[in-house]
Amino acid sequence: MNQSGGQFSKGVSGWLLSTPALILLVFAASGPLLIVALYSVLEKGDYSGVRWVLSGDGWFRVLFERDIFDQSVSLADANLSIFWRSVKLSITTTLITFVLGLPTAWFIATRPAKARAFWLFLITIPFWTNLVIRTFAIMEVVRNEGILNTALINIGLIPQPVQIMYTDTAVLIGMAYVYLPLMVLPLYAAIDRFDFRLIEAGYDLYASRVQVLRGVILPIIKPGIIAGCILVFIPSLGAYVTPRLLGGGKNMMIGNFIELQFGQGQNWPLGAALSTVLLLIVVMSLVVYTRVSSRDNPHG
Amino acid sequence: MDKKRAFDVTTLPGFTFIALLSFVLLYAPIATLVIYSFNGGNSVNQWGGFSLEWYVVAFNNEAVQDATVRSLIIAVWASVIATTLATMAALGTTRRGRFKGQTMIYIIINQPLMVPEIVTAVALLVFFSSVKIATGYAGLGYLILAHSAFCIPFAYLPIRARLEGMDLTMETAAADLYATPWQTFRHVTLPLLLPGVIAGAMLAFIISLDNVVITEFVKSAGQDTLPTYMLGQLRRALTPEVNAISTALLALTVLILIVFLFITKKPEKP
Repeated sequence: MNQSGGQFSKGVSGWLLSTPALILLVFAASGPLLIVALYSVLEKGDYSGVRWVLSGDGWFRVLFERDIFDQSVSLADANLSIFWRSVKLSITTTLITFVLGLPTAWFIATRPAKARAFWLFLITIPFWTNLVIRTFAIMEVVRNEGILNTALINIGLIPQPVQIMYTDTAVLIGMAYVYLPLMVLPLYAAIDRFDFRLIEAGYDLYASRVQVLRGVILPIIKPGIIAGCILVFIPSLGAYVTPRLLGGGKNMMIGNFIELQFGQGQNWPLGAALSTVLLLIVVMSLVVYTRVSSRDNPHG
Repeated sequence: MDKKRAFDVTTLPGFTFIALLSFVLLYAPIATLVIYSFNGGNSVNQWGGFSLEWYVVAFNNEAVQDATVRSLIIAVWASVIATTLATMAALGTTRRGRFKGQTMIYIIINQPLMVPEIVTAVALLVFFSSVKIATGYAGLGYLILAHSAFCIPFAYLPIRARLEGMDLTMETAAADLYATPWQTFRHVTLPLLLPGVIAGAMLAFIISLDNVVITEFVKSAGQDTLPTYMLGQLRRALTPEVNAISTALLALTVLILIVFLFITKKPEKP
């Protein structure tokens, strides 16, 4: 392990020192993912679990259902509406957090150094705060007797409470609230490295503010934008706690649908196939991200 | 970097307004939650005078006590295990030039940051339930293992950052003075690395303490942690007791974060 070690011993000690961490991660994180992938192609057990017989039924049921009586095959509308809701809510969440997050990150990055640390700390507190607490806080806002409805009634804008709780809107508000810091932090990191002289140059060349924003700022901080969008989109798509508490039983997202298969639904292969789909979407997003960011920045 | 150049250059119309709005939106719900934890009444949204009674109620609630102790046990074990393994891995993957398979190690270490929690949660449910049947053991060990695993990347990142910023001359000097690799590590590297290790341990501790989804799926009956206990409570009629628990947990998180900031603060450059 000394300084004169060649490439070979560097690699060996590198691996040796990393091995305990890798063993734990393979045992309690990565390895079980393979079991899930395997379960997705097995036959459903009688009550729960699986029977060790190869079957495509789990994957088939992701999109299709078979009529109990005449065995005719049709698209599984209930599943499709859950997928559609998940994708729609996740994209909308990403957009909302971007619209709020870009100015927020910009604001923080343009403060004087001392104040910047303070504002950044204000963003990191919600980031590290327990998800259940944050979702609870939003429940208190959107409930029928919650702050929002009470305030609107008190100022006479609405005669009676508007039902927001247990709707897609509630889930959307909750996810935007919970994931906003995930958008702000990478955007801040990108804007912090930004050379503000470029904006000056833009204005000197008679660009309008909108032109500067679209032609100078956005292209340069693009890697930060993509990182922020992925950091919000991925957990949104796999969200479980927020839709469970704010959406109730009817407004499920993929995460809740997966849980259902391992719980009451007792269809482990379907649940495993759905998990694998979610995993593949994530891997694809990451590959796209790596491609895009390495193309924009070939040296880094 | 000088950012105090011409004022209008860094200002974009409406940005400051939206930014301040974001902070209000982020903090108003949390502030309300904290305020109502001091509510004397029974309701989480009808003010009944200032009182600490719900803190007393929460403190005397046996389920809350159990869940708190369990959360702390798991978080302490998980942060110790994760930080130890992450420190070793960080030493193995920095400062020795690139070696074969390094990218693979990075991917595995950071994997818990990328895979959706619900997927890891069901994967562990499936895996551990068969281990439970095979071994008959149903204790806290599964939760500790699961937490240790997903805490590793959070411990690894600050440790690695610290290692990468470290000057190698001290270690070379120690080696020149015939210190064994272990002596060099023990008396030179480790003390220099310590702030990173403590920072990593604190992040791991918070992450473990906060975890809901994986815990919810891995825990056996009667193994509620504070967050899963709260998750269960939130579906029932609410009293400000939940606010009191939340506020206490929030205060702990903020406290750890402040200490974390002081530890990782870089000396200011002139």
